[in-house]
Amino acid sequence: MSKTMIEVKDLTKFFKTPKGMLHAVDGVSFSIEEGKTLGVVGESGCGKSTTGRCILRLIEPTAGKVFFEGQEVTAMNSRQMHDMRQKMQIIFQDPFSSLDPRKTVAQTIQEPMKEFGIVPKDQLHAKTRELMDMVGLASRLINTYPHELDGGRRQRIGVARAISLQPKFIVCDEPVSALDVSIQAQILNLLKELQRDMGLTYMFITHDLSVVNHFSDDIAVMYLGQLVEKAPAEELFANPVHPYTKALLSAIPIPEVGGPKRERILLKGEITSPVNLPDECRFAKRCNYSCEECRKSDPKLFEISPGHFVACHRMNEFNNK
Amino acid sequence: MAKKQQQPKLDANGERKQRSQFGEAWHRMKKDKGAMLGLAVVSILVLVAILSNFLLDYDTDVVGMNTKERLQAPNAKHLLATDEYGRDILFRILYGSRYSLSVGLVAVAIALVAGVTLGAIAGYKGGAVEEVIMRFTDIFSSVPNMLMALVVVSALGQSMLNLMIAIGVTSIPQFVRITRATVLTVRNQEYVESARAIGLSTPQIIISHILPNSLSPIIVQTTLRVASAIISASSLSFLGLGIPAPNPEWGSMLSGGRKFIRDYPYMTLYPGLAIMITVLSLNLLGDGLRDALDPKLKN
Amino acid sequence: MMSNEEVLKVENLTVYYELEEETVKAVNDISFSLHKGETIGLVGETGAGKTTTALALLRLVPDPPGVIKSGKITVCGNDMLEVPVQKLEEIRGKDIAMIFQDPMTSLNPVFTVAEQIAESIEIHEKVTKHEAYEKALEMLEMVGIPRERGGEYPHQFSGGMKQRVVIAIALACQPQLLIADEPTTALDVTIQAQVLDLIKNLKDKQGTSVIMITHDLGIVAETCDKVAVMYAGRIVETGNLDDVFNYTLHPYTEGLFNSLPNINDRKAELKPIHGLMPDPTNLPAGCAFEPRCEYACEACKTQQPELVSFTDTHKAACLRYAEPGFHVARGKKHE
Repeated sequence: MSKTMIEVKDLTKFFKTPKGMLHAVDGVSFSIEEGKTLGVVGESGCGKSTTGRCILRLIEPTAGKVFFEGQEVTAMNSRQMHDMRQKMQIIFQDPFSSLDPRKTVAQTIQEPMKEFGIVPKDQLHAKTRELMDMVGLASRLINTYPHELDGGRRQRIGVARAISLQPKFIVCDEPVSALDVSIQAQILNLLKELQRDMGLTYMFITHDLSVVNHFSDDIAVMYLGQLVEKAPAEELFANPVHPYTKALLSAIPIPEVGGPKRERILLKGEITSPVNLPDECRFAKRCNYSCEECRKSDPKLFEISPGHFVACHRMNEFNNK
Repeated sequence: MAKKQQQPKLDANGERKQRSQFGEAWHRMKKDKGAMLGLAVVSILVLVAILSNFLLDYDTDVVGMNTKERLQAPNAKHLLATDEYGRDILFRILYGSRYSLSVGLVAVAIALVAGVTLGAIAGYKGGAVEEVIMRFTDIFSSVPNMLMALVVVSALGQSMLNLMIAIGVTSIPQFVRITRATVLTVRNQEYVESARAIGLSTPQIIISHILPNSLSPIIVQTTLRVASAIISASSLSFLGLGIPAPNPEWGSMLSGGRKFIRDYPYMTLYPGLAIMITVLSLNLLGDGLRDALDPKLKN
Repeated sequence: MMSNEEVLKVENLTVYYELEEETVKAVNDISFSLHKGETIGLVGETGAGKTTTALALLRLVPDPPGVIKSGKITVCGNDMLEVPVQKLEEIRGKDIAMIFQDPMTSLNPVFTVAEQIAESIEIHEKVTKHEAYEKALEMLEMVGIPRERGGEYPHQFSGGMKQRVVIAIALACQPQLLIADEPTTALDVTIQAQVLDLIKNLKDKQGTSVIMITHDLGIVAETCDKVAVMYAGRIVETGNLDDVFNYTLHPYTEGLFNSLPNINDRKAELKPIHGLMPDPTNLPAGCAFEPRCEYACEACKTQQPELVSFTDTHKAACLRYAEPGFHVARGKKHE
């Protein structure tokens, strides 16, 4: 039994807006085991990025607790948090805005190591080259600026920077969605390789279900700030229970011709704004199966089979097992 | 064209060209004839300002009276004529560049330091701090510049330093605004978040990530503000509130020549031209810099 | 089902961007055609020349620096490169319309959505202002937006709704040809499904021919009849869906497929194409894909492959097929 790396309890983040409270993340709980990958999927505005940033306390959560190897991250003072950052890192989505355009590749990769002083000055250069080698960047690029490089190479710089501190846990916030397919596969393979070699634990945030399926051990589906379903990847794809998960899976365009015809579930309307939410199932307005009960109360997350959690009033009807 | 940005530049050997962003800006600016002309004139002016102290004798060449040669038209000895005291206008204009440039530079330096600091704090901190700074800026900039400068000079007394302070203070709001605006956009870039993720403190982030990326508009603003500071200095001197006579400040030379404008237009023409050329070159340079530094124009 | 009327014919189109220091060879000698009611998918990665091709069809390539070097484009019998500008404006919108990738920036924020749709109708059809507005409201309903919302401004709409409005504008004059440039890239999956469904239905209803520009082979599989795979400004493989997906010929097409995670087999390893797109200012003398191709041979370095027909519908540009028996690993062989 491997140990728990990250545990999130009732994580909540509200933002004040002129129209009212925006429920970006609303009572989300989950845990990630060491060396595993949790994929978090959902549409824009579902709070998946905010969750990732709250875990790293790049955004201060409104309520809830985050534990890293049993230590409560959310209770740390700024000194302890500073040291904690060495162990948890983040890789960003946009390879264009996530690198400081005025810093060379070397400066960007070295910055974290300098901040923590973990590498003696005279070895910094060698260490930088080693990291570049690990992420597949030619060492002749060491003095180039980000604007001279393409998206894939920039993303490799971001990865090198993140792993330079030898972290244990990395939040990958849509690390491949801005990249072309052939480059996307290169970066995904790189991340997998690093996970194997360094024993990394990932939280992999994405909107691309085929990528998350390929990449994750467990998958959590978020809708309007809440976790609606969480299960091991195979289980989730084989037996999705929540109507939203079902719709999401059926909406993936599959690059196959002549295969069996899939039934496509089209959802009504669009994701509503998460401001001043009433006490009802948040998906009810778009759900093809919503009933009386769904408009009365917000369903709680329930474990319907080992490791498979669903938040839906009618989940027992939808469970095919 | 987005297409082009994606593609890395390679030289003949397949090695990447190494050029910092400022290197690239310089490369672009070299093609801008107006900007290069402006830069050349400004450089010459700076050189003149430095050298005139060594080449000209202040007491004899610049302020020394020579009634025998008063009010001459341009001639071989006095290329740009003489004034009512027989002083060589060319020498006075050359020496006068010291005043104009130093007032322009020092005034803008004052505004730059104060404005950028306040603007960066307002932009990065946000909230109540920003509110207070920006409202003060608003109030400050609602007073006409000239009036403000007049008040400062009359309150502090007439001297070169006070003139610099007066003009510098009136330029602060522009720097606050422009710095805050750029910091606001830079602040939300992911690399700033990335810097926080590796544990950098707020001052570290502002100094090493935010300011370097906000420099371009500030540099452009600086050049343009130097030009308007020179005009303000000359205007105040023209009104008799700037650098006192007999110092050859261009504005006070204009003012002095006013009485003779009908018969001896040289006395107003040449200092006027000097102001115009200086301001024009600074503006050309500023515009060129803006075009060169603006990443949106980068193809 | 389809009539044989040719809506679009592109012959040997070449488009360069001539910059001061260098020339970007964006589109190099491509040819394809489209019949009434057909949908063709233009697939490729960033910089493959997909968008430039689309812009060239509308004669909207930014000039300077863009130059259509050669070729012929025929839309509904009009030679697009020869017609006078006035006629061109008539054709755009009426015969041929375009949907851009970003719905957020393609609407004017100061006009209501119905006004923007009506504007397009007014320009191209002889109708009164009132009739045009009425028709605009009908169009809104057709794309699934209640007509009451016609008086609202773009900022009051969500991304998916805006893209519906853009589609309504594009289809208002019932164009013969619709160019959709990554119409769903900026949208969420469930919204993407709605929008693709909408385009498909409208296409069937109006008999519009569609050029679907995308990087997503999944979208192609679901919406297109034909595919053209582009690489470095050239079409490297083209054919029916079945041809390209099940009888894959070109190594690049194979590489694209291998780069995609397989939804049915999550353990399958991704086999990315190594290396990067070539610099379009400095294309290799031979096959542009040669530096990244695992099948490349000596000849590929120097010789430019031509599109060769393998069946009536299926063409590919790869020199290796000159060797008898050669075939990429993926896909069945044509009989």
